[in-house]
Amino acid sequence: MTAARPQPQSAAFRLPGGGLVDRSRTVRFQFDGAMYTGLGGDTLASALLANGVRLVGRSFKYHRPRGIFSAGTEEPNALVEIGTDARREPNTRATQAEIYDGLVADSQNRWPSLGFDLLAVNGLLAPLLKAGFYYKTFMWPPAFWEKIYEPMIRRAAGLGKASGLPDPDRYERATLHCDLLVVGSGPAGLAAALTGARTGARVVLAEQDFVLGGRLNDERLVIDGAPAPVWLDAALEELAAAPDVRILSRTTVFGTYDQHCYGAVERVTDHLADAPSWLPRQRAWRIIAKRTVIAAGAIERPIAFSNNDRPGVMLAGAVRTYVNRFAVRPGQRAVIFASVDDAARTAHDLAAADVEVAAIVDPRDKGGSIAMAEAADATRAKLYRQSVVLDVHGGTKGVSGVTVSGPAGTARVDCDLVAVSSGWNPTLHLTSHLGHKPTWNPQIGAFVPDALPNGMAVAGAALGAFSLADALSDGASAAHAALEAEGLKPPRIATPAVEPEPTSGSPVWRVRGGRGPAFVDLQNDVTISDIELADQEGFRAAELMKRYTTLGMATDQGKTSGVAGTAVLAEISQRPIEQVGVSTFRPPFTPVAIGALAGHGRGKHFRPTRLSPGHAWAEAQGAVFVEAGAWLRAQYYPVTPGEDWLTAALREARAVREAVGFCDVSTFGKIDVQGPDAARFLDFVYANTMSTLPVGRARYGLMLREDGFVLDDGTVARLAPDHWLVTTTTANAGRVMQHLDHARQVLCRDMDLHLASVTDQWAQVSIAGPRARELVSRLLDDPRLVAAETFGPMAAAAVSLKGRQEARLFRLSFSGELGYEIAVPARYGNGLLQAIAETGSDLGARPYGTEALSMLRIEKGHPAGGELNGQTTARDLRMPRLMSKKKDYIGRRLAERPALVDPARPILVGLAPVDPSAPLSAGAHLVEEGAQPSLENDRGYVTSACISPVLGHAIALGFLANGDALIGKRVVAYDPLRGRVTPVVVRSPVFYDRDGDRQRA
Amino acid sequence: MRIRCPYCGERSVDEFVAMGPADLARPAADAPDEAFFAYVYERENPRGAHRELYYHAYGCHAWLAVSRDTLLHEVRTAEPMMPIEAEGETP
Repeated sequence: MTAARPQPQSAAFRLPGGGLVDRSRTVRFQFDGAMYTGLGGDTLASALLANGVRLVGRSFKYHRPRGIFSAGTEEPNALVEIGTDARREPNTRATQAEIYDGLVADSQNRWPSLGFDLLAVNGLLAPLLKAGFYYKTFMWPPAFWEKIYEPMIRRAAGLGKASGLPDPDRYERATLHCDLLVVGSGPAGLAAALTGARTGARVVLAEQDFVLGGRLNDERLVIDGAPAPVWLDAALEELAAAPDVRILSRTTVFGTYDQHCYGAVERVTDHLADAPSWLPRQRAWRIIAKRTVIAAGAIERPIAFSNNDRPGVMLAGAVRTYVNRFAVRPGQRAVIFASVDDAARTAHDLAAADVEVAAIVDPRDKGGSIAMAEAADATRAKLYRQSVVLDVHGGTKGVSGVTVSGPAGTARVDCDLVAVSSGWNPTLHLTSHLGHKPTWNPQIGAFVPDALPNGMAVAGAALGAFSLADALSDGASAAHAALEAEGLKPPRIATPAVEPEPTSGSPVWRVRGGRGPAFVDLQNDVTISDIELADQEGFRAAELMKRYTTLGMATDQGKTSGVAGTAVLAEISQRPIEQVGVSTFRPPFTPVAIGALAGHGRGKHFRPTRLSPGHAWAEAQGAVFVEAGAWLRAQYYPVTPGEDWLTAALREARAVREAVGFCDVSTFGKIDVQGPDAARFLDFVYANTMSTLPVGRARYGLMLREDGFVLDDGTVARLAPDHWLVTTTTANAGRVMQHLDHARQVLCRDMDLHLASVTDQWAQVSIAGPRARELVSRLLDDPRLVAAETFGPMAAAAVSLKGRQEARLFRLSFSGELGYEIAVPARYGNGLLQAIAETGSDLGARPYGTEALSMLRIEKGHPAGGELNGQTTARDLRMPRLMSKKKDYIGRRLAERPALVDPARPILVGLAPVDPSAPLSAGAHLVEEGAQPSLENDRGYVTSACISPVLGHAIALGFLANGDALIGKRVVAYDPLRGRVTPVVVRSPVFYDRDGDRQRA
Repeated sequence: MRIRCPYCGERSVDEFVAMGPADLARPAADAPDEAFFAYVYERENPRGAHRELYYHAYGCHAWLAVSRDTLLHEVRTAEPMMPIEAEGETP
């Protein structure tokens, strides 16, 4: 570190003792360019509060100053960017981010600075930005929306920005199987996990926090007569020692999926200053759990009142967390505004931390809460019953006071902290991801889980049972029942003794009469008046109100605002809340980095790489490889280092035309078909007839999909009366296997045959050129086998290579030259290539790659991937005669429908540029000469293009409407991507040796 | 989602390829056009019980009829379209 580094500021708001922070470990971090220190165990939020930093962000639409509102994943305000450059992670919740030495964080959505934000003028424009504004205010003139309004609004409104750079980190994906998954490590989760551990079950305990224990760390609770941490430590020790219990901390279970599958993400190194290189940044878990206990706790509810978004307004439970767990004073003088008894704890805890409690404001109108009265008494706070906080005073620097309104009139109370609570909403997200709707429980004024996915149970606060006693007993009994249902024998565990807790309360959703905006959704800047507007304009269902106002649609997905919004809408429209309904919960519970979901599956690791059995030989020749589907194939073989692909490919193609070349074609799919009904089966899956093929012969075949379009092409060889070999293109090998298995197992169940993929069992090499016969004869034990008279085109035979090596020999030509293919068991692939190269060297035999292969077949007009694109028919490919009229086959009936036999359909043609020096490219569209390139004038497209080694200029294949009538005429190839407009002459797709004399030689 | 393949055991849905309803019968070669159009294009989108074809592409290559509930996201049964006993019985 440099000497010029500014001195860290002192942590003035840190309590002298207590908390789960490591006072021996000082952590230095940076926020908005200023250096601060925190302690080990701090979150960014707690460390900022300890330093007295209250303003941490600007709001989404109005750029209002915002502070830390919560202490957990529900945080709507304190979103920051953490890290720099490519590692910058926007919209990170400061309340969840663990600090580490050197952490750099920046506030979002402010310009030029957080304290002085020019865009705060948006607050004055609030009348224009109310609910549904983008449907109304910025409508006219229409052209202005795309060019002016939308870019302007996007710049002004928004959250963090992604770095735009490739993610430099590594991620992992992994799978876990268990008997019992426990989500949440609060008292209910711990009781469930302990039950599982004592049963000897395989247990996974997932906790999103970096500290286990949940509420036991946030409150001053007593278990079995001792402070809760004593019980907690013993429980964690027992779980750690249990052999089949896996504790995943920093792990958020973000989604429930079909069949007991759960998605979770573990933040492995996000909290480390210097992460070891062998660890991934995050790990995405797929957890397959026979049974699950959801003990995810509850999220505290705010109350909507005027200016309730000022820095210093905080959830009452979060205040306790900061005081008890982090030993931080969130303020110096507090007002508590709550309609639930457990907020009385906040008063006691604040007083214990030497924070003055100025007032307790309880809006409940019936009876008098004993807990609140006791708290007011003990903390010497003024108690305002049946009263509300009407307004909050203060601005950018935070709260300076509140106006309390009650039966005795209004009063101003000075304070810098307002602790708010309207009770708790069970964190039931995981229970409803599969579509199970929660129900409204009027006793606790909250939605609770109702019907549950199979294998799932819920315990503790997540079920609406908010006391510690309930959590401990429900957690244990939920796990007990779940394990028993799995046939295990869980022991009964004694429920620890705890003190009774006052938890009664009734929700108060909003305060009327204040002068400022009363926010329901802090993250998306949605106010009470926005919901009123939605109601006035008829958007009265929860889902409609949500979309109209955008309530609950920000990165927090409405964790603090969703139910409140529904409740306010119910109040406004004077309906019971269950009639308004609750909006749907969908995964993920909190945002998940796409990188974590991708895991290793990036770049080269996106899928496995398949290597041909001749790969090593080609590599030794210095071949340059290209990806072809999952395969690496030799693209070309440079003879001098750095030779360009075109020079090499032209040379290789000429070797085939003039002497002999050989090419590894092992990647073609090969399917062995055997059985008495094999011929009948092949007649059904190919458009043309196969059953008439004699033994020892091969035939070109065209396979259609049932919708009449071409699926694939290839050759079929009959090796014996009941034994056939089908080949497919490299790209479609898997699909064809699936298609044939479907035909066999679903459509042709009465037939007697077997199918097996033998792609990996055979290496195959194509040998082509005028001297191919000479070369092949030298390889055979009996050279006479390949005599022209006996082994004519499309012959197929089992042969013996020199050295008694069994092999298969086919006379096939893709290049248009005299051609053979030799197949040997895969382990001899490299040897076969080596033997061909050595045996043929005096004949000029050269290996050729996919570029030359492509040139040769385009010259001959043979269709390949570009032409077999799923949108072409046998007729389009000029093979109508392959569609047998004599038999039923897959695709026959739909291939005959009028639109597919329309003569105006684009048909395969050859194309050559008028200017022989002009290049052609696949993807160009064809228009008539003089026509504007437009969708209406589109007449076809180019599918394959190359430089023809024989003709010395560019040629292409494509599909052109009325192609036959246009042969000899000119059209224009229009390629806006490359900026080319090229006049071309339409020709036959066969550019070379139209009569096929060379391949019949 | 997990599918219990009768040959391979319970596996992740990642190993399978799904292909529409399991109980479509391919019309006879001379059936009316409408029957073929329906066979190729017309699909129900049932709410609740559904029987679909799944191909164990990264496993045994069996085509299975998988019964599942589209509403509750539960897989109930997975049975081979062509049980192995029936195969290989050469007359």
